[in-house]
Amino acid sequence: MSKNNSTSNGSFLDKVKNLTDTSLLLTITIVIFVLMYLGAIIFQGGGFLKVQTFFNILNANAALIILSCGLSLVMIIGGIDISVGGVTALVSMSCAVYLDNMGGNVYVSMLIALAIGVAFGAFQGALVAFLDIQPFIVTLAGMFFARGMTTIVNSDPFNVANEGFNELKMTRIYTPFGSTNAKGVYVPAYVELGVVVALVIVILLFCLLRWTKLGRSFYAVGGNKESALMLGINVKKTKFIAHLMCGTLAGIGGFVYFLHVGSGSPSHATGAEMDAIASSIIGGTMLTGGVGNIIGTFFGVLSLSTIQNIVASAGLDEAWWTGITRAVMLCLFLIIQSVVMARKHKK
Amino acid sequence: MSKTNNETSFFKKLVGQQFFIPILVLLVLVVFNLIADPSFFKIAFGTNNAGNPVLSGSLITILDNGSELAILAIGMTLVTAASGGQDISVGAAVAIAGSTLLRVLCGSNSRPDELQAPIIVAFLVSVVVAMLFGAFNGVLVAYFKIQPMIATLILYTAGRSIAAWINNNELPIVPGETFTYFGGFIPGIPIPTPVFIAIACIIIIALVLKFTNLGLYTQAVGINESASKLNGLNPALIKVASFVILGVCVAVVGLIKVSRISTINYSVVAKDIEMDAILAVALGGNSLAGGKFNMAASIIGAYIIQFLTTTLYKYKVPADALPAYKAVVVIILVVISSPTVKDWFSNLTKKLKVKEVA
Repeated sequence: MSKNNSTSNGSFLDKVKNLTDTSLLLTITIVIFVLMYLGAIIFQGGGFLKVQTFFNILNANAALIILSCGLSLVMIIGGIDISVGGVTALVSMSCAVYLDNMGGNVYVSMLIALAIGVAFGAFQGALVAFLDIQPFIVTLAGMFFARGMTTIVNSDPFNVANEGFNELKMTRIYTPFGSTNAKGVYVPAYVELGVVVALVIVILLFCLLRWTKLGRSFYAVGGNKESALMLGINVKKTKFIAHLMCGTLAGIGGFVYFLHVGSGSPSHATGAEMDAIASSIIGGTMLTGGVGNIIGTFFGVLSLSTIQNIVASAGLDEAWWTGITRAVMLCLFLIIQSVVMARKHKK
Repeated sequence: MSKTNNETSFFKKLVGQQFFIPILVLLVLVVFNLIADPSFFKIAFGTNNAGNPVLSGSLITILDNGSELAILAIGMTLVTAASGGQDISVGAAVAIAGSTLLRVLCGSNSRPDELQAPIIVAFLVSVVVAMLFGAFNGVLVAYFKIQPMIATLILYTAGRSIAAWINNNELPIVPGETFTYFGGFIPGIPIPTPVFIAIACIIIIALVLKFTNLGLYTQAVGINESASKLNGLNPALIKVASFVILGVCVAVVGLIKVSRISTINYSVVAKDIEMDAILAVALGGNSLAGGKFNMAASIIGAYIIQFLTTTLYKYKVPADALPAYKAVVVIILVVISSPTVKDWFSNLTKKLKVKEVA
C-alpha cells in the first residue's frame, strides 16, 4: 500500500497515484456504475429514471448483496467460498418444507436458516483453518453437499402457502420517493424487507472491516500471512472467523432469497456463488487477498444487475446475451485489477 | 524387533505411495459391491437396438462413461501442475466444442438430410475453437496473472451462452449412422468406442510425457516459477500450453458427448464435469497447489469417480442427490490426506512405538 504523504496542493494525478489499492478499485467501481446508470438513462430513457426501477434492482438482488458480502470477507483473507449458492438452495428448501409440510412458524424458520448457515461456515472454516485444506476443495464439497441435500430434503419445487410467511413476504416499506404510473396515479416506490437486512449488513460489515481489530486482522492475514503471524495475529482463528461469517451470511442471504421468491426448489440460486464472486471482483476485492471493500461489493452487485437490466430492456432478452455481457464485464474488471497489481509492483 | 521395524517401514511406504488412497477407495468400493450385490461385476453379451453384438454390465458402463472424465483429467492434471489452479470452464467449453461440431456438420440448417462436412473436418474445427478458448484462459492466467479458477470463471459464465449462440439456440440433429459410432458402438466391435478413444488419448499423453520434456517443464513451472525462469524456461508459455492441451481434451470430449445423442443440450451437456475432473486430480493424490503430478493416478482417479457414480446409481440414488454422497467422500479424502492429520497420525504411531519399546 502506498503512503499518503502527498502535499495538499499535489496535482490530481498525484492524488490518484497515492490512493491505496482498495480506494482506487472502489473509485473505479463506483465511477463505472454511475456512468453505466447514466448511460442507461440517456439511451434507454424513461424506465431507468423511475426510482422504482432502481429499487426493483435492489429487491431482486438483496440476497446476492448479502452473499457477496460474505464472499468479500473470505476473499479478503485470501480464501474462497463456492458453497453459498448451494447453502441458499438448501435454506430455501428446508424452510419451505418446514413451513408448509410441518406447519411451522416463520420465526423458527429464520433460526433454521441461520443454523444451516452457521453449521456450513463452522465446518468449512474448521477444515480450512485448522486442517490447512485448500478452501476451494472444501467449499466445493460443501456446495456438492448442500445441493445434494436440497434434493434429498425434497426433490420437487413448490410454492409456500404458509400465512405468516406470506405476510412477511408481502411486507413493503414505502419510501418518500415515487412516480406517477400510466393512469396518472402517484405510486410511492417501495423496498422489500430483504433490502433493509442487506443494507444493515453492508453497514455493519463496513464498520467491522474499517474500525475493529478483527476487521483489520482480516486485511493483515490476506495481505501477508507471515507478517500477520509476526504481528501477533492468530491467523488460524481469523481464517476460521471469516469462513464462519461467510457461512452465516449465506444462511441469512438464503432466507432473504427465500423471502423474495417464496418457494423451495433444488434449482434455486444456481450459479449464485459465481455471481457473488463476480460481484466481489467487480467491487474491487482482490482475489489474492488483502484488498477489498464492502461498499465496493455493494456497487459490484448493482453494476452486475444493472447491466442485466440494460440488456433485457434493450430487447436482447435471449438468454445468452446475459451470460456474455456479464462475462465481458468480469473480464474487464479482472484486467483492471491485474493492471493495478502491476502498478503496485512497479513502485 | 527388527521384524516390527520392517513391518512399520513397509506400512509407511505403502501409505506414502501416491496410489495408496485411490487404490484404497477402489478396494472399498469393490468390496462393498461384492458384498451388497455380486451381479455388479457380471458382464453380459447381447445385441443392441441396431442388432450389433455388444457387451453390457456395470463394469462396461464405468469404462464407457468414465472415458470423458479420464480424457479431461489428463488436461486438468497438466493445468493444475503448471498453474497451481484449476480450470472450472471445461464443462462450458465442452458445450462450445460440441456446438461448433454440430454447426459445421449441419450447416445453417438444423435438420439436414446429409452431413454438410466430413466428420474429421468438423472435429478439427472444434479442436481449433477449443484450443483458442483454452489459449484465452491461459493468457489470462499466464500474462494477466489472474488466479486460474477466477480467470476461467469468465468462460464458465459465458460458455454455455456462446454455445447456444453458435447454433442460434437451435438444437441441430446430426443425420446418419456414422456419427453415432464415436459415442456408441462400431458395428462388429462389442466394446463401446469411447473406451478406445480414451485409451488412445492415454497412450498419446504417455508417449508425450516419455519422449518430450513437457512433464518436466510443467512440474518445474509449478514448483517454482521464478526458478524455472532463471533456468531458461518461459513459464507463461508453458502455462498457456497446458491450457491449450486441455482445450484439445475438451474437443475430444465434445465429440463423444455430442455423438452419444447426435445432438446437444446446451445447459445440460457435460454439466458439473469440471468438478469431477478436479476431483479426479485430487483423488489421484496430486497437489491442487501445483507442482509434481502423476498422470496415471489422475486417470485412475477419474475411473474411481465413475465407479462411485455408477455404484450410487445402481442403488437408486437420484442424479440430483449424487453430489451429497460425493461430497462426503471428498471430505473424508481431503481430511485423511491433509498434512495436519498426517502429522498427528505419525506422532501417534511414534508414541505407540515408544510404548512398545518400553
